[in-house]
Amino acid sequence: MKKDIILAGVGGQGILTIAAIIGSSAINKNLYLKQAEVHGMSQRGGDVQSNLRISDKPIYSDLITKGHADMIISVEPMESLRYLPFLKKDGYLITNTVPFKNIPNYPEDEEIYAAIDKLPNKIALDAEQIAKDLGNVRSSNVVVLGAATPFLGFAIEELEGGIKSLFGKKGDELVEMNIKALHAGYEFAKEKIK
Amino acid sequence: MQKLLFLGDEAIAQGAIDGGISGFYAYPGTPSTEIMEYAQKSKEVAQKGIQCKWSTNEKTAMESAIGMSYTGKRAMVQMKHVGMNVAADAFLNSAITGVNGGLIVVAADDPSMHSSQNEQDSRFYGDFALVPILEPSNQQEAYEMAKNGFEISEKFNVPVVLRITTRLAHSRAGVSLGDKKEQLKIKLPKDPRQFVLLPAIARRNYKKLLEMQTSIQQASNDSSYNKYIDGNNKKIGVVACGISFNYLMENFDGECPYPVVKVSQYPIPENHIQKLRQECESILVLEDGYPFVEKQLRGFFDEGIKIMGRLDGSLPRDGELNPNIVAKALDINIVEGVDIPEVVKMRPPSLCQGCGHRDVYNALNIALEDYEPGRVFADIGCYTLGALPPFNAINSCVDMGASITMAVGAADAGLVPAVAVIGDSTFTHSGMTGLLEAVIKNSPILVLISDNFTTGMTGGQDSAAKDRIVDICKGLGVDPKHLRTLVPLRKHHEENLAIIKEELAYKGLSVVVAQRECIQTVIRSRKKMGKNK
Ligand SMILES: Cc1ncc(C[n+]2csc(CCOP(=O)(O)OP(=O)(O)O)c2C)c(N)n1
Ligand code: SF4
Repeated sequence: MKKDIILAGVGGQGILTIAAIIGSSAINKNLYLKQAEVHGMSQRGGDVQSNLRISDKPIYSDLITKGHADMIISVEPMESLRYLPFLKKDGYLITNTVPFKNIPNYPEDEEIYAAIDKLPNKIALDAEQIAKDLGNVRSSNVVVLGAATPFLGFAIEELEGGIKSLFGKKGDELVEMNIKALHAGYEFAKEKIK
Repeated sequence: MQKLLFLGDEAIAQGAIDGGISGFYAYPGTPSTEIMEYAQKSKEVAQKGIQCKWSTNEKTAMESAIGMSYTGKRAMVQMKHVGMNVAADAFLNSAITGVNGGLIVVAADDPSMHSSQNEQDSRFYGDFALVPILEPSNQQEAYEMAKNGFEISEKFNVPVVLRITTRLAHSRAGVSLGDKKEQLKIKLPKDPRQFVLLPAIARRNYKKLLEMQTSIQQASNDSSYNKYIDGNNKKIGVVACGISFNYLMENFDGECPYPVVKVSQYPIPENHIQKLRQECESILVLEDGYPFVEKQLRGFFDEGIKIMGRLDGSLPRDGELNPNIVAKALDINIVEGVDIPEVVKMRPPSLCQGCGHRDVYNALNIALEDYEPGRVFADIGCYTLGALPPFNAINSCVDMGASITMAVGAADAGLVPAVAVIGDSTFTHSGMTGLLEAVIKNSPILVLISDNFTTGMTGGQDSAAKDRIVDICKGLGVDPKHLRTLVPLRKHHEENLAIIKEELAYKGLSVVVAQRECIQTVIRSRKKMGKNK
């Protein structure tokens, strides 16, 4: 088992929560893991990414080779496209469709959606609306993670385990909320790839 | 054994703890900051009474660590690469004094300048000081080196440089921990004059340091961090330094067909390199930084074996390495994904919404409309983002503290009034001495201290300046009539503008302190309060 995942978003959007859930699920399964993060300057509203690598064999590089990523998981649509040179030909792009507009020349939404639509394998979902419907916008990240679940090589229960290890200390309510969000994203993706 | 998921920085902190450290010393700076932050959060550090408070700058950090080493206890200094410039005087001389308790200097370099003004390579500092350099290739090695570095330091009576780069500092991987060493007791140097660098003593110490070089070289040759790994294809021999070893192995799934020398301890292991030269037709040098090793292998006349690296264009001359760059140097063809679509726009970092620096620039820009543009000397911090649109407010950012002294120099040249914009943490880091200079000269400059009560850019660490700025300025002799404060909020815009205009018109030194807390630390402390309720 080996998965190379690029997580993308804007500084402050919290892509590291997604990384941490996948990470603790991987650790629970005794897999090897490397995760390169962006700290520092770009966290001030710039583009940020994290290279997350999981394998049952030792991993060398902290960085994913261009053309080798199994998937891109993004919490922002324009950011999802920034890392396409890394994506394998048959890799998946999973992204939230709600733009984060903090630059004056942000392109038209339609142009971005068209670029995403051109890709052979993609799941694009309005994670914020789905999270809102569940009663907590803040869990939209986990909705996106849910939508990536069919491609991650983890059973959904294993990711639930990751959520429990990560949020367990902060109370059952938060754990439940995030598990619901995970399932909502998962259902959406399953429907899409049917 | 259960592995712990550690950033490279965290592995270093835990390694130092397990190695019997008594004091962490640092000033924040990406990508080194998380070492101290880990220590500050560690229960073990608190229980063992290990010092872990921030220092005012890298020089004071370095000196405090030398002081702790003098007493016989183990200490570590952590800084970003440019911090080495600030600490350089103390650092280079600490190689001459030698150590008593083990002393590790962590220098975190930033190739590709993810968060820095340059990509200088700290291995040159280690070489300059004639001390061993450790460069981990992964998080596990980072842990081991931080732990064992103290003994290397004590054995050779020198500080040891632990050089990392951003990628290792900020990447997580599983680390298994080993046994724990006790802290050392106070035991002053046998020779009471070891640390007195009077010329006569310094000359004697320096000779000792030179004599030690043979042993330091031998330690590199024998080091378990350095390895000769044989391969069948002798067309190329690869020298892989630090983290670049991983990029090489990534391309071959761990089985490189070429002989490889993995370098993680310097001076360069002569034995392995000699062997590589004898066995191979050419040499490729991979290093995440300057061509430090490559230059040494080439020598001045460069008439020996063919050497490939950053100097002959086999690898780019600048920037961070990655698996693709290494693949290209080895003629490995990699099919990349599709290009980035044109709709994707750059998204540079920007000041947070609601940040006080915004209000400062909004007022300053208008106040300066009466003057020719090009007179604002800024400094390093979040407020440097005032260089970008929509503000386009500043004309310089060179090194910490340079705003005030550059304004002094420009005013000396006749650019009057000149303006300095500096943050609170930068001011106490190295702006105060410059301000004293401006006081003494009564330079016709306006120093605008944008005080957000924290070290914002690096993630909101406590600022040494907190609640002290105005008093410090008074103490340095700033005329109280021209030492003004304001609150940078939109509702105060008119009065702030008036204050800045008045002080710009004054033909001597004035200091305006804009005081409002960083939005990010406000949010964080609110969250904490909410939790405690
Ligand atoms: C010599 C040196 N040390 C550390 C840094 C890293 N650094 C850049 S900005 C900064 C903090 C600046 O804080 P402050 O001046 O208070 O401004 P703020 O970011 O809060 O606006 C630090 C520590 C650096 N660039 N150079
Ligand atoms: S972190 Fe603080 S100082 Fe920096 S831009 Fe945001 S609000 Fe301003």
